[in-house]
Amino acid sequence: MAAVQWRSRGRNYDAELQRCRPEAALVEFGDYHPLKPIMVTDTKTRRGTRKGSTSSSSSSSSSAPADPLSSMLDGTDPLSMFAAASASEAPAMSHSVSAGDLGRKKREKEEEVVGADFEPWSSKRGEILARFTTTEKLSINLCMGSDKGKAPSPGSAVSEKVRTRLEELDDLEEGSQRELLNLSQQDYANRIEELNQSLKEAWASDQKVRALKIVIQCSKLLSDTSVIQFYPSKFVLITDILDTFGRLVYDRIWTMCSDPRPLPDSFTVDDVNDTAKETCLNWFFKIASIRELLPRLYVEAAILKCNRFLNKSGIQETLPRLTAMIRGIGDPLVAAYTRAYLCRVGMEVAPHLKDSLNRNFFDLLGTFRQISGDSVQNQLVLQRVEVPEYLTLYSPAINWILQCIAYRAPELLLTEMMDRCKKLGNNALLLNSVMRAFRPEFVAARATDFIGMIKDCDEAGFPKHLLFGSLGRSLACADPPESERLTILNEAWKVVTKVRNPQDYVNCAEIWVEFTCRHFTKREVNTVLADIIKHMTPDRAFEDAYPQLQSVIRKILTYFHDFSLLFSMERFLPFLDMFQKDSVRVEVCRSIMEVFIKHQVEPTRDPVILNAMLHICKTMHDSVNALTLDDEKRSLALLIIGFIRMVSFGRDFEQQLSFCVEARATFCNLEPVLVQLIHTVNQLAMETSTVMRGSHSRKTAAFVRACAAYSFITIPSLSSIFSRLSLYLLSGQVALANQCLSQADAFLKAAVSILPEVPRSISVEGKLRSSESFLLDFINNFLATLLVVPDHPEHGVLYLVRGLLNMVQDYTWEDNSDAKVRVYVSALPLLAAMSQETYLYSIPKVDSNETLYGGDPKFLSEINKLCETLIGQILDHLKALGRDEQSTRRQCALAFSLFGVLLAHGDLRNNKLSQLAVNLWNLSHKHGYCETRISVRTLEYIKHQAHLPDMTHLTDTVQRLALQSRT
Amino acid sequence: MSVTLDIRLKRANKVYHEGETVAGVILLVCREALQHHGITLSMEGLVNLQLSSKSVGVFEAFYNSVKPIQLISSNIEVAKAGKVPAGKTEIPFEFPLNTKGNKVLYETYHGVFVNIQYTLRCDMKRSLLAKDLSRNCEFIVHSQPQKAKVVPTPVNFTITPDTLQNIRERTALPKFLIRGHLDATNCVISQPLTGEVVVENSDVPIKSIELQLVRVETCGCAEGYARDATEIQNIQIAEGDVCHSLAIPIYMVFPRLFTCPTLETTNFKVEFEVNIVIVLHDDHLITENFPLKLCRV
Repeated sequence: MAAVQWRSRGRNYDAELQRCRPEAALVEFGDYHPLKPIMVTDTKTRRGTRKGSTSSSSSSSSSAPADPLSSMLDGTDPLSMFAAASASEAPAMSHSVSAGDLGRKKREKEEEVVGADFEPWSSKRGEILARFTTTEKLSINLCMGSDKGKAPSPGSAVSEKVRTRLEELDDLEEGSQRELLNLSQQDYANRIEELNQSLKEAWASDQKVRALKIVIQCSKLLSDTSVIQFYPSKFVLITDILDTFGRLVYDRIWTMCSDPRPLPDSFTVDDVNDTAKETCLNWFFKIASIRELLPRLYVEAAILKCNRFLNKSGIQETLPRLTAMIRGIGDPLVAAYTRAYLCRVGMEVAPHLKDSLNRNFFDLLGTFRQISGDSVQNQLVLQRVEVPEYLTLYSPAINWILQCIAYRAPELLLTEMMDRCKKLGNNALLLNSVMRAFRPEFVAARATDFIGMIKDCDEAGFPKHLLFGSLGRSLACADPPESERLTILNEAWKVVTKVRNPQDYVNCAEIWVEFTCRHFTKREVNTVLADIIKHMTPDRAFEDAYPQLQSVIRKILTYFHDFSLLFSMERFLPFLDMFQKDSVRVEVCRSIMEVFIKHQVEPTRDPVILNAMLHICKTMHDSVNALTLDDEKRSLALLIIGFIRMVSFGRDFEQQLSFCVEARATFCNLEPVLVQLIHTVNQLAMETSTVMRGSHSRKTAAFVRACAAYSFITIPSLSSIFSRLSLYLLSGQVALANQCLSQADAFLKAAVSILPEVPRSISVEGKLRSSESFLLDFINNFLATLLVVPDHPEHGVLYLVRGLLNMVQDYTWEDNSDAKVRVYVSALPLLAAMSQETYLYSIPKVDSNETLYGGDPKFLSEINKLCETLIGQILDHLKALGRDEQSTRRQCALAFSLFGVLLAHGDLRNNKLSQLAVNLWNLSHKHGYCETRISVRTLEYIKHQAHLPDMTHLTDTVQRLALQSRT
Repeated sequence: MSVTLDIRLKRANKVYHEGETVAGVILLVCREALQHHGITLSMEGLVNLQLSSKSVGVFEAFYNSVKPIQLISSNIEVAKAGKVPAGKTEIPFEFPLNTKGNKVLYETYHGVFVNIQYTLRCDMKRSLLAKDLSRNCEFIVHSQPQKAKVVPTPVNFTITPDTLQNIRERTALPKFLIRGHLDATNCVISQPLTGEVVVENSDVPIKSIELQLVRVETCGCAEGYARDATEIQNIQIAEGDVCHSLAIPIYMVFPRLFTCPTLETTNFKVEFEVNIVIVLHDDHLITENFPLKLCRV
């Protein structure tokens, strides 16, 4: 086999290109083409006008855009359609899953009343639970079955059903009087959850009486105000149970009516059957006989919705009655929360009944004087709770009631409410709730009034900074009249700045930052920042206030997108210095970077921005350590890269390069950043070349060499072998393009020299994968570049190609892999291309080997020898493959690819070569693994080629290529 | 072999009036065909009177229970001896609710000493080896609506230390003034008792305000008559130190079965009263009593 003689086929690239072109234009207009969109062609731009303007494949008249992919997505993107559909569906789903179509209209009507803009209870829940906590010990006192009123006199003859119920009741009585003492808050919550579970279980096992008892006992717990700080949270936990109960009862009665078909959502009393009505009525009678007031109120409120089964006006009549009954609750806190619950249920069931909401509020106002009464004061003394703290316990309830009232309420009503509050001597607690619950626009319009009212409040009851906090919150969302803004800020800040406790201070200041940012310039914001720094620095108070300080930064970033302005604020960077805990610091830097990347549109060279940003990026970079997660590193690197891409010194390339040098020093631990820097520098070199229109002056030549040097010394510090390889190649190409031949040589040599280091497997997205395909890709790419690289004058002919091939030979490829031979096969076209008189491509101002050797026969024979060696190697490998049955498929594929290369690049006039081609063809078809379609195509191609002027010799060859039919 | 026998009334609430027809089905569910010696159904309305041991001594109370007064009674044979096929068998029935002579159907009432009850009883006689089956089912009778118009007769009240009777030491009593009114003392039984109570002032904080519904049952017998008042239910309307001079609603639903329109017959009487009970924090108990007249319209 050693006697193969290689002759490259002479190519005339221009002529081949010419031959290809007209063929491409030959596609008839009406011809089928897979990428052609089904459309009416635009008659103005297409040449096919004279042939008639419609495509034959379809007469549809849609004027879709030419791109078939985008036309698919035009307007009817299925995903966004789903999203839109589900968005409109979502609130409806929460109503009732099994709702029929009939109910839809009604539901929509209801939604008109309570829309998405009504902040639901569920969102308040967590906040309350988190805010009202206690470390004191709690107790649960459950005494099942103590309501005497309920038990009918046993002397009478009772039906069996009643008897079993009574027994059940007795069961509960025995040993069920239990008091759980010394519970921690968590224990308490767990107990309540247990009760919730046992309620569900009791219900599921048809023990309705037991379920009711659990609910009654739970609501009884709400009358216990020991450990008063925990009361709001207790309310939340227990009303969850009540909600569960209400739902269970409603659902059960609803299913009783669902025979034969489910009740529509908009059902009326007439749709409800008698059994269901009777059951419902029974519930109400049972509840009406609950002895104690509070459980009776709560449980009836919980099943308020069930009134719909009984009569039209039930809810309408019950709400005012329950509202009035709450007056009977002596403890003002308990009463306030009961009202909140009633309002909550009312809003859910009958949001249109506003009257009872108002009634509730007025009653609440009416009982306000109780807070200063003896009973409450004694209790506070006993529990050692301060009045201000006690008052804050009210806020969730009052806020909720006011929120319900204020929801889509007319302006007039709100004004009336405000007046009523005023009449109560500007009670701070109320004022606070009014500001939080009413529409921000409403509050903002009267901001000055409110400030006056806040000032008039007595300091003792309710801390003023909380009031200003609430006001600030409203002003952050709605704008007060332009003329008043500065006064408002001054007045508010006067109070805020006097707050002693740093925690209180920062809570309030944080809110007002937004207002300041919204309406004022950097000067005012700067002042505010200075004030915050002043308050938070003593005793390192900032350490406890990171969340608030972070929120300050976030708010500033929302309003200030001009970073030169931002960083020129004197106090901004000192403010950042307050974040001394590493994780928080990085978090803040990250948020700044995110905003920067999002909003900085133009590249910048502003030294202020650059300095500050470098500082911020350095902070982020320095946070990286051995424990940092990969994802974390990646995202940090992305942010820093985003910054680097935004830096541009325009025509001042040297400055840019020195920036890159500095950046490299600063960000040496983040590889992606280094990669980006190398890309930036390469780009810089290419820009220089563009500016100089390809011919460098002495100065620019030196500069691009400096760029190359930068890349050359940076690349080795990367750990990823493939980034190194590709960057070497890229930088080599850039160096070539800038006529830095020795640098290019060095890059490519370096690439070749590290090839042996490529590991056999690399980790891709956390999975270990074979590196072979990556390596092959790289080598092919590299080979393509080698065509234009001129030989080094001191080294031998084709120094780099040989070097590469040697490396390939020595590389430890995977066992059973054809990779090495595949490289050889792909090296053949390169060598063939190198032996042409004119090369397929070249780099301006760089003399490739074509010019260096000028088609020197010695050079050509050198190439041919190389080819022969390669072919020899390939044939040896093919032979080796033939020995093994299992590898015949690989043999066939390899043989066919070599055949292809011979056909395309070899000179088949040479008999030996053409014989070799025929042999390869036969070898590849020997085992029938070859795909017939491809074989047929190939034959057709060869026949076609044979028609060309200097290719007639192929006619012979083609006759010797037999096509095997698969049998 | 399991058999279940059940009586199902047509009306879900089981409420009937005089002159109406009690209709329903007897439901038999058995897995195999069932041999029986006849199924009968009887309807009965009874007034059970019992003498309280308090008024007539233990033995008399035990022995001397007044003979029940029968208000209505009728019997029908539903099926002659034979076989019931396997599966579910429904046998419909109807009873006209008519009294004989000048007897009146009193309203169903479950009390302590007076019980007015209407039952349906279904018996299935079976062979010697198998037990007889029987099933009871109570249904409820509401008396005919009252023809005369109800005059609500509201009542106002004021409670101060001076208005109280039955007190041991008037001097130890704290000062208070409680006002209020009941919207009606002639009440419609299907509608709640309503009114308002206002604590104008009170030296000692209030602990609780309750409404106590009381039945007063009187049974006549040979030796005279016994009159007993017992509590039906106690409903709290105020808890804790309520806000002064704020009207607290009085609201109580009359419980079903345990109340009926006020009844007065030759042998027995059923009357109702309501007590407004105010408990002060020092456990003083102040009670104001109001007799009620219940009626049905």
